[in-house]
Amino acid sequence: MKALLILLCICLPLAGYAIDVQQPFDDTDKQQRYEALTSEIRCLVCQNETIADSTAPLAADLRREVRRMVESGQSDAEIKDFLVERYGDFVLYRPQFKSKTAALWLAPLFLLVIGVLAFARILRRRAMMPNDIDEPLMSVDKEVDERSDT
Amino acid sequence: MPDTNTNASKPTKLKFFVPVALFAILLGFFLAGLNLNPGQIDSPFIGKPAPAFDLPKLLKPEERISRNDLVGQYTLLNVWGTWCPGCRQEHDSLLIIAENYNVPLYGLNWKDDSDKAQQWLSQLGNPYAANGFDPDGIVAIDWGVYGAPETFLISPDGTVLHKLIGPMDLSIWRNEFLPLIPEASR
Repeated sequence: MKALLILLCICLPLAGYAIDVQQPFDDTDKQQRYEALTSEIRCLVCQNETIADSTAPLAADLRREVRRMVESGQSDAEIKDFLVERYGDFVLYRPQFKSKTAALWLAPLFLLVIGVLAFARILRRRAMMPNDIDEPLMSVDKEVDERSDT
Repeated sequence: MPDTNTNASKPTKLKFFVPVALFAILLGFFLAGLNLNPGQIDSPFIGKPAPAFDLPKLLKPEERISRNDLVGQYTLLNVWGTWCPGCRQEHDSLLIIAENYNVPLYGLNWKDDSDKAQQWLSQLGNPYAANGFDPDGIVAIDWGVYGAPETFLISPDGTVLHKLIGPMDLSIWRNEFLPLIPEASR
């Protein structure tokens, strides 16, 4: 009992670390949407934090706005559009796909295709090589010598 | 195996060039990245109509200031607060600009305390034609403000022409703002 009480006292100050100090929504669905949205919106003051994680005053203001919009029944897309209109694509951790962000979204795919093609090429080359695994390593050295002669 | 050797010899030279080319491209990106400031995020409002707002004035709370006050001529909207060191830094430049150029300067007093803000203006001088008082940052969000000081240039038809993030100084004023404003000199 005493140990539990001590544990409780140790945990008590943790509440002081809470960033979002507002009351949760009554509606759990809205609460979930609010949490999902705030953890996807970038705080532009401290750019590698979401507004759910940031202690910046601007993040608190943006949480309040998101809360207000969720409360008033706006859709996720409407809320994201509201923010992108004001702060630009950078405000979303996963920016919407449009002509301006196409390079950002397609570049990894493009690089993957290049990688796969290069890999396939190497495999094909390997397959064409004579199967000399059983031969002693010496023969490779010999081959190199021959090559440098030509 | 001389036959495979002769086959490989031509692409070999190219093969050496590929990593060098890739490295050069990468280097180009890094060099360009060095000159980028991640704190400067382009405002989506450039070239678009200035957002509407309606706020009480800082010095005369019974009067209102709105978007209508900003349009009709070239105007500046400066976002500031007494808690903001950059705003103190730019204050003298704002006083000079307000005094010497025919471009009215309006203020958006952002997330501030009314008494402190009034004290700031009476102590340091007041370059503003009028200030909107926005303690909750609601209008600031509509304008996409994320760090004071910020200064917007608005054209007579209400279009946002330019946005400066960070303290104004006279060389920025001359190089970035003046070229956009015809007949700015008094």
